[in-house]
Amino acid sequence: MKLLASLPSRLGRLFDRSERNAEMDDEIASHIQLRADDLERSGLPPAEAERLARIEFGGQERYKEEMHAASGGSSFAETVFNDARFSLRVLKKSPGFTFVAIGTLALAIGANVLVFAVLNALFLRPLNLPNENSLYAIERGDNGFVSYPDYVDMRDRNHSFQSIAAFNIIQPSINSGQEPSRVWGYETSGNYFETLQIQPYRGRLFQASDERGANSAPYIVLSYAYWHSHFQDDSNVIGRTVQLNQHPYTILGVTPPGFHGTLLFINPDLFVPLVNHDELGGNNELNARSKHWLFDTLGHLKPGVTEAQAAADLNSIGDYLRATYPKEEPQWKFQLARPSLYGSFLGNPIRAFVAGLMLLAMLILLAACANLGTLFAARASDRAREVALRLALGSSRRRILRQLLTEAVLISLAGGALGLAGGIFLMHRLSEWQPFPRFPLHVPVTPDPKVYTVAVLLAFVSGLLFGIVPVRQVLKANPYEVVKTGSSGTVGRRLTVRDVLLVTQIAICAVLVTSSFVAVRGLMRSMQTNLGIDPQGVVIAEADLSMAGYRGPAVLTMQKRISSAMETIPGVRAVGMADELPLSMMAVGTTVFNDKATDLRSSEAVARPWVYKVSPGYFVAAGTALLAGRAFTGHDDKDAPPVAVVNREFARVVFGSIEQTTGRYFKQHDGTRTQVVGVVEDGKYFNLTEDVKPAMFLPLAQSPWAETWVVVRSSDDPQQVASAMRSKFHDLDQGMLVYVQPWSTEIQNVLFPSRMATLSLGVLGIMGAMLSITGIFGMAAYSVSKRLRELGIRIALGARREEVLKAALGRAFKLLAVGSAAGLILGLLAGRVLASIVYQATPRDPIVLLGVAVAMSLLGLLATWIPAQRALSVDPLILLRDE
Amino acid sequence: MPDQAQLLPGTLDLLILKAVSLGPLHGYGVLLRIGQISGQALLVEQGALYPALFRLVGQGLLKAAWGTSENNRRAKFYELTVTGRKRLREETEGWNRLADAIAAALSAQPEEV
Repeated sequence: MKLLASLPSRLGRLFDRSERNAEMDDEIASHIQLRADDLERSGLPPAEAERLARIEFGGQERYKEEMHAASGGSSFAETVFNDARFSLRVLKKSPGFTFVAIGTLALAIGANVLVFAVLNALFLRPLNLPNENSLYAIERGDNGFVSYPDYVDMRDRNHSFQSIAAFNIIQPSINSGQEPSRVWGYETSGNYFETLQIQPYRGRLFQASDERGANSAPYIVLSYAYWHSHFQDDSNVIGRTVQLNQHPYTILGVTPPGFHGTLLFINPDLFVPLVNHDELGGNNELNARSKHWLFDTLGHLKPGVTEAQAAADLNSIGDYLRATYPKEEPQWKFQLARPSLYGSFLGNPIRAFVAGLMLLAMLILLAACANLGTLFAARASDRAREVALRLALGSSRRRILRQLLTEAVLISLAGGALGLAGGIFLMHRLSEWQPFPRFPLHVPVTPDPKVYTVAVLLAFVSGLLFGIVPVRQVLKANPYEVVKTGSSGTVGRRLTVRDVLLVTQIAICAVLVTSSFVAVRGLMRSMQTNLGIDPQGVVIAEADLSMAGYRGPAVLTMQKRISSAMETIPGVRAVGMADELPLSMMAVGTTVFNDKATDLRSSEAVARPWVYKVSPGYFVAAGTALLAGRAFTGHDDKDAPPVAVVNREFARVVFGSIEQTTGRYFKQHDGTRTQVVGVVEDGKYFNLTEDVKPAMFLPLAQSPWAETWVVVRSSDDPQQVASAMRSKFHDLDQGMLVYVQPWSTEIQNVLFPSRMATLSLGVLGIMGAMLSITGIFGMAAYSVSKRLRELGIRIALGARREEVLKAALGRAFKLLAVGSAAGLILGLLAGRVLASIVYQATPRDPIVLLGVAVAMSLLGLLATWIPAQRALSVDPLILLRDE
Repeated sequence: MPDQAQLLPGTLDLLILKAVSLGPLHGYGVLLRIGQISGQALLVEQGALYPALFRLVGQGLLKAAWGTSENNRRAKFYELTVTGRKRLREETEGWNRLADAIAAALSAQPEEV
């Protein structure tokens, strides 16, 4: 603070100097004038008098310097300013060097700033809620879902939270008079806004006192963005009634502009009370303790309560629930997590990934610093003569070092500014980016003070880091020797700082290149994985029939009508339906038991398969191969005995082998005795990195479900099929809102993490490659230019081309080989970390090893090409004549 | 000009303070005054006066202000401050003690030893 407070006076002094200079000039002029007057009076002619007065006064500049020194000398700011001015002049003389240095740093710092901004947006200030520090999401077990009665118990029995709110994600249709449209909404507990301490922007927000049991609160609260875009900021909409899934709901108010719900990946358009879940969804699960569907619960801890205490408190509630409702409640463990990214489920892998990226970005910066350090050291030795001259003329070593450092910091600040500008540009693009067309992301990656601070710090530190490299060289310099012998110093045989830096830098770059190779290979392989489905030539449609007002038996009838309508589209070969599709980012798990089991507690379960409800045509339409038995038929309806089709893994785990599976029985979690009629191939269900998991398929007709995915396989162009499907849906029911898309496009979402990883690693790998090219180039070019004379003599004495090349570039290649080998080994170790993100990313892949070796040699060749040409084209005559 | 003596190091400041103590002076005036009161015996290099003046201002012994000279030229006038006056007294005493001691030492006769 003291420094800041004195800043104005420091700056003042800086600009004072010119003012003081003027005053000194005035005073000296006045002195000379007075003296000249006297001389004139003694009889000299005026011109002669003035000349004499000037001579008598002596060296004005010298005295002025002394006057400056006498009145306090130059301040720190003044020195820095002078150094900076001088450095700018020096840098202007070598624009190529300056350009390369600033460009390198801009890239490296830009990459760091961008990754940090993402980290900042995702983890450091994700939701922008009041008192976010004490806000925690409560996770339960391995997938976090709880039932509504569980939530009520957690809310009312805990002693650790100020209050606990719950929310669920829905996609209802809204009709405010014109066409119905589909929106994203949160069904929230009444206390949601109070818990989060959100104040209304317009009207009021619903609260706990608004709910009085199931379907008692037909209210909605709009988000600011939705109100702005769909109601044009009209305050009169408050109190108006709109149709939500064809039920009347009253608009109560609008949330403030900065509030975007409590998840980064679902940015809601509106909020409805959770107690109306059954009415909106057309089902009967609000008060069912065994239906675990509530997406997330969260709340502020009471002051002084630790995470561990709160978890223990919740676990004791869990024990109580389990003891009281043994049939409905599985064994759960509670833990707390940060909200915003759905806790540890999404948050942890993303955090690991972003942290890894940050580390790699830092490595890039480090490599860039090593690179520039080498360049600076080379420059310093080229400037040895200048430095020696300045030392000889009485400059202090401190002064010279200060000036060299100023040069480095100037370059790094310029690079930092450029990098920051580029980073900010990319941040804007990132914020607008919606990689998942179906899910409204809200991750505002914007520069804030933290981002700026990081940029400035990085620039400053890296400037000092590479600026410090030539320090030893300057300190050791002996002005007498240098001036005497000239600058053609000998090229040392021993290991220099420059060599170490170059090897480090090449090693870092090799790590990056290895990582990106591993990632790309992993991505290529995951594209070839057997998914258990064949998405090629399939168009899918998602329609939530509850949104269009279908209930109970009407759902099944409508699904049959949809199915027959789709079959009439020309070129369609198969039509199937399911409640969820594999790899659609949603999956429902359940527990199954042995046929003999009587104890249906989840700890006794034989398997925890994913469960899908599908129509008879589903397997053919989805391209899932039947291995044994039969698929469902139209007769497997609610009058027929319960049946299931299971996958190979399910058969293996529950029955031992496929052969023994068909015709056998198992029990579902509610005790329903179910016969297996068929076995299908294994597949990927939730994501591509998962291990082989059991899955079972139940007939849609035996357990109707309003949310419907229609799978249409056709040999025709997917776009045509998609538009034909849309018009069929429109013919069936105009109020039905469907989402139609080729299945292969939808599956890209699942590949998103690997794609992101590959893309970012690819970019970093390319940056690493560029850095190693400039690094090796700089080193090779420098050593060739230093040894031109020696090479000339060698050529004159009859050395062959290979020998010249070996002499000129042998060292560069040796360093390259050592660095690449070290980097490759490190990269392979780092590859293990990658394996968790990129499916099948295994570093022990001969193609990766070979690829890295080839890539690094190519880089080496590319970087040494020009210096090699120069070494070979040396004309001994010219060189020898030169000296 | 009569014989001029080179100034002893450190004595310029004292001479300036003394000169200015007799009345406010501009730089050239300080120079003339020193010549006058030393009977033209002490020579001050013209340019060398100014760093000394600036130093004394910096130490708070002198203060300076722009004004007009006797022949209507613009000039910067120097004046003693209170600390300056005090310093002049101390330095004068110190100088006198030193001069007496040196004089006594130099006038010593063999029989006094």
